Amino acid sequence: MKSEPQAAQTVLPSDEPKTARSVFRSDAMQRVMAFGALIVLAIGFSLASPFFRTFDNFIGILLATAVNGVLALGVTFVIITAGIDLSVGTVMTFSAVMTAVFVTNWHLPLPIGILGGVLAGTAAGMVNGIVISRMKIPPFIATLGMLYATKGLSLVISELHPIYFNDTPAFREMAMGSVLGRIIPGFEVPNAVFIMFGAAIIAHLILSRTILGRYTFAIGSNEEATRLSGVNVAGWKTAVYTLGGFFSGVAGVLIASRLNSAQPALGSGYELDAIAAVVIGGTSLSGGEGSILGTIIGAFIISTLTNGLRILSVPQEWQMVVTGGIVVLAVFLDILRRRQQ
Amino acid sequence: MTTLAPTPETNLLLRMEGIYKSFPGVQALSDARFELRRGEVHALVGENGAGKSTLMKILGGIYHKDAGHINLEDKEVEILNPHMAQNLGISIVHQELNLMPHLTVAQNIFIGREPRAKVPFVVDDKTTNEKALRLFELLHLRLDPTTKVSDLTVAKQQMVEIAKALSFNAKILVMDEPTAALTDTEIEELFTIIRQLREQGVGIVHISHRLEELKQISDRVTVMRDGRYIDTLMTREARIDKIISLMVGRTIYESTPELPENPSQDVVLEVRNLNRGKALRDVSFNLKKGEILGFAGLIGAGRTEVARAIFGADAYEAGEILIKGKPVHVRSPGDAVVHGIGYLSEDRKRYGLTLGMDVKENVAMASMKKFLRWLGWMDFNKAARRGDEMVKALNIKTPSLEQKVKFLSGGNQQKVVIGKWLTADTDILIFDEPTRGIDVGAKSEIYKLLNDLAHQGKSIIMISSELPEILRMSHRVVVMCEGRVTGVLNIGEATQESIMKYATMRSEAVLATEQ
Repeated sequence: MKSEPQAAQTVLPSDEPKTARSVFRSDAMQRVMAFGALIVLAIGFSLASPFFRTFDNFIGILLATAVNGVLALGVTFVIITAGIDLSVGTVMTFSAVMTAVFVTNWHLPLPIGILGGVLAGTAAGMVNGIVISRMKIPPFIATLGMLYATKGLSLVISELHPIYFNDTPAFREMAMGSVLGRIIPGFEVPNAVFIMFGAAIIAHLILSRTILGRYTFAIGSNEEATRLSGVNVAGWKTAVYTLGGFFSGVAGVLIASRLNSAQPALGSGYELDAIAAVVIGGTSLSGGEGSILGTIIGAFIISTLTNGLRILSVPQEWQMVVTGGIVVLAVFLDILRRRQQ
Repeated sequence: MTTLAPTPETNLLLRMEGIYKSFPGVQALSDARFELRRGEVHALVGENGAGKSTLMKILGGIYHKDAGHINLEDKEVEILNPHMAQNLGISIVHQELNLMPHLTVAQNIFIGREPRAKVPFVVDDKTTNEKALRLFELLHLRLDPTTKVSDLTVAKQQMVEIAKALSFNAKILVMDEPTAALTDTEIEELFTIIRQLREQGVGIVHISHRLEELKQISDRVTVMRDGRYIDTLMTREARIDKIISLMVGRTIYESTPELPENPSQDVVLEVRNLNRGKALRDVSFNLKKGEILGFAGLIGAGRTEVARAIFGADAYEAGEILIKGKPVHVRSPGDAVVHGIGYLSEDRKRYGLTLGMDVKENVAMASMKKFLRWLGWMDFNKAARRGDEMVKALNIKTPSLEQKVKFLSGGNQQKVVIGKWLTADTDILIFDEPTRGIDVGAKSEIYKLLNDLAHQGKSIIMISSELPEILRMSHRVVVMCEGRVTGVLNIGEATQESIMKYATMRSEAVLATEQ
């Protein structure tokens, strides 16, 4: 730095030259690989079955991804903080049931009922956050507790029966109608798909641009250092779980709209699909790393796989075996990638 | 600086008095004292466990004091959390790096006070990076704000920490062992920054083990021992041996018998051209029977990596290991034990002991097979007999063989680990920082034990960052820097200066890639 500012300028950007290896190690690579895997899957199934490569089937895959995709958004935030949320599936059901109670049983106006349903999920997430960050209960235990509590509450509130939205046909239109189909006849893509993409864009902006996103990464990267930097870690952690609850709430409204009913017994198992999507998408369970784009790709990989295997008449039991293998394989590939140093 | 600074009263920035702090089982501070003036570099010295870091963590709001007063600019303050400390103008660079490795340099520096865009909650990364660049210009640092911290060398990460601490416009800057991981040139750069800050009236607390360094940079030095304030001296007038005697309270090495010369020329372990990425580069050396081979170097020089490779804990990419002339391939710690190699980690509590188990179980841990009857039943009587032998032979102070090792002191825990490896019949013992976290009295006992072991024909590799320990306790010294062996010295020719010269001998190639 004595007399050659130019030389200094040229070497500043990076400590080591960009070799093939360092590109392979980069985080963007993970997403490229995941996206590549999705394309390979889609091409493979298209070659294997003419039924897979139909427009209607692609719409089916998109629709099947919507609920899990929205759930996985919240889980992405939680896992980047090195936490876990096991309750997203049953919180989703709880929100669906609450929405039905507000709309069908109490005859509240539709927008208020929907808002109430989303808020119910948000509140559950906030309770998770408070239990974890103030009472210092490990996330695994706290959200396991919430899993049981919301599962039970849904059954209690609904008195064990599904609640239908038969009085409010507009509610079903929300997810299953197609604004796009009205604009471009023939392209009957259900609104649910756009709601998922909209939620994903919002989640991406929160994660990459806002203070909440920054602290989500910071807490997962080194919680103690974040605390020592004067950041209110307990508060921001609560916010992260609350956001997780919010997305569960949105998913709850979506699934209720799609089924035109709140099914109180539904929900368990959804949390595992959501976690799988996040992990396949390259978010590290040890925290500090992850992306919304990766999660959405992960969610698509799972639903494409399920859809394709079903079309090839693979029994549902075996579909689960394959999904399990894919989750482990994805993480193994990620570990291999990181080991290259 | 021909006359002393103006009267202390007007220039006093900080006074800590009568500070007490206890942790479960330990009185960390009792009646600790410290004061700091504006524009002063005040060194704080003491042995490991003397309470320096604890005292500074109280100042930084990380720990809460049990009793005592802190006066900042003549006003008494209660510092309840790190955020409050920051607002009062107190910044601390911690000994252990406190960065978020997944975030960029700039994001790390401005964590907790990110520049915001006009839209609520949105961070303005562009301004963050610009502010970081301006800060680096001011400090003459060459860092790219957008680099991920995990991609930086340890030295550069340290620079990020310092830049972060300074970015608060700190009135008080505490640096806890800032030079431990730095090379000479980097230390010189750091000192230039410190001198600039002193000119600006910042009060600087400098904690370091390198006493020569304190002579260069500090104005006053305060000595602590066993959690107590001992004395404050003008650095110019204080002699280093005087400071050492205040720190130690007695001379630890006196009670250690002189290390006898090692007559044996039998090579028991030979390492040839060991390589693994940047961590190990062509490492070669040999170890003789009955020898204590010291391994010196700065933190991150690759000494622990060598030990772990020999022990089979990490794989190596290329190279050869010969034991008693025969090439061996150590793939796992299990293999190492079979070949008679034992490793005593610097982090005993994590890697050396099962804390929740008792003394005899820990002693038997590396050689379970000897204590098993058929179907995996453990022969507790045999383990107890062996444990008892070890307690006597090594003078382990424990109420019983059934005592859980987590309740033993550091020195006695270390002895249990030694007992474990002796039980496993190991001939080659690798000690990684054998006296870290061990109090002064127990240190000399560990030294005596090392002596005895060598005398009995065991061969010892002793990794240590304390130069007096290396000089006193080894027959030969291997010095490492950046994964390479830069020197092998006979103890007769080794001095603190010669070791430091080799420890900072960076290769041209490495320097070139880092520019």
